[in-house]
Order: sequence, then C-alpha cells, then structure tokens
Amino acid sequence: MSDVIGKVLLISGASFMLIAAIGVLRMPDLMMRMHAVTKAGALGTSLVLFSVAINYRELAVASLALAGVAFIILTAPVAAHMIARAAYWVGVPLWEDTIMDDLRDQYDPHLSGSDNASRKNAREERDTQSGA
Amino acid sequence: MIFNYMMRIFDPINIAMLMMTGALLLAFVRLVRGPSLPDRVVALDLIASVTVGLTATYAVVTNHVDLLHIAVMLALIAFLGTVAFAIFVGKGEKV
Repeated sequence: MSDVIGKVLLISGASFMLIAAIGVLRMPDLMMRMHAVTKAGALGTSLVLFSVAINYRELAVASLALAGVAFIILTAPVAAHMIARAAYWVGVPLWEDTIMDDLRDQYDPHLSGSDNASRKNAREERDTQSGA
Repeated sequence: MIFNYMMRIFDPINIAMLMMTGALLLAFVRLVRGPSLPDRVVALDLIASVTVGLTATYAVVTNHVDLLHIAVMLALIAFLGTVAFAIFVGKGEKV
C-alpha cells in the first residue's frame, strides 16, 4: 500500500517538474516563467522528497526528507520574490501583451538612493520595449 | 532477458527519472537561450530543484541514505546562490 503511494507521489512529483520545465521553456516573459518554475518546481521537489520519506520506513530518513520539504517550501517563495524584485528593478522587459502592471507607479524615483538615473532609464527602456 | 531489461523502462522509478531528465534538458535550453540574466537564474533554480529530485530518487534506487543529505544540502546551496544572484542582478540595491 505505502509502496503504491510512494510511487504515485514520485510520478506526480516528476510530472510537476516536467511541467515546470515546459513552462520555463515556453512562457513568453520572465514573470510567467517564474510563475511556472517557483510553484511547480517546488511542489515537484517536495512530492519527490515525500515519496522518499514514505519509501524508507525509517524515522531518521523520513525526518531528513521532511526537513528538506520544509526548507524548500520556506525558501522557494523568498528566492523567487528576491529575483523577481531585482529583475523588475533593473527593467527586464515584460510581455508585450501585458495588460496590467500594478507596480509601475509604485516605485518612487525620489526614494531610490544611489542610482536614480539608471533606474529611470531602465523603466523608460522597458516601456519602449514593451510598447506600453 | 533483453525483454526483461527493456520492460524495466516501465518501472515507475525509471519513468520518473526519465521525466526529470527531460525537465533538466528543457531547463538547460532556457539556460542557454535566456535573453536576460534573471531568466538564466530562474532556469538554474529549476535545474537545482530537479537535481535535488533526481538525487533523492537515486537515493531510493541505490539504497544509499547519504545521497539524501546531498539533496537537502543542494537545495540549501541553490537557495543561497539564487539570493546572491538576485543581489547581483539588482546591482547591490537593498532588495
């Protein structure tokens, strides 16, 4: 019984990873690629680690795998948020059919500190590239 | 004999490892093609998580529990690498 559950978890985790990879290859835009990777990838890894925890019927191994799951679930959103924020900051172009960019007017250029000019340039460059 | 060998491809563990290898290849294509640095960082992040999954699966296949330690440590170091790349991409701004 637990064999079957472990294999089902393994296959579904691998499927999630494959879906994440297809998403990162096919999506048109950095944010959409991250949308595919950071959720499906983290879920896939967590499912595979769950399957390992079920496969070995040992407390030490199961606790190690569950610690890995907890760590991945804690760190994946943080890493994704940091890289998305940095990418938006430096003006990575959005998809040309983007209809909504709520952050666009939220960054005040006067609050930025060191390099106002480069950020303004980056924002203008992004706007011309994305045709907004 | 060879039939048995070929039927092993339908073993769920082998199917899962094949899927993860395909994911690795697709992420590698994005790593090479990615138009900007954050795209490559995202692809690297995915490669790290798929490698964690592959290592954990291999720990099941070979019955080596030590490989599981490697998987967890790899997840940790991939997180640190992504954070470092994020600070580097943001030109050292406080993110």
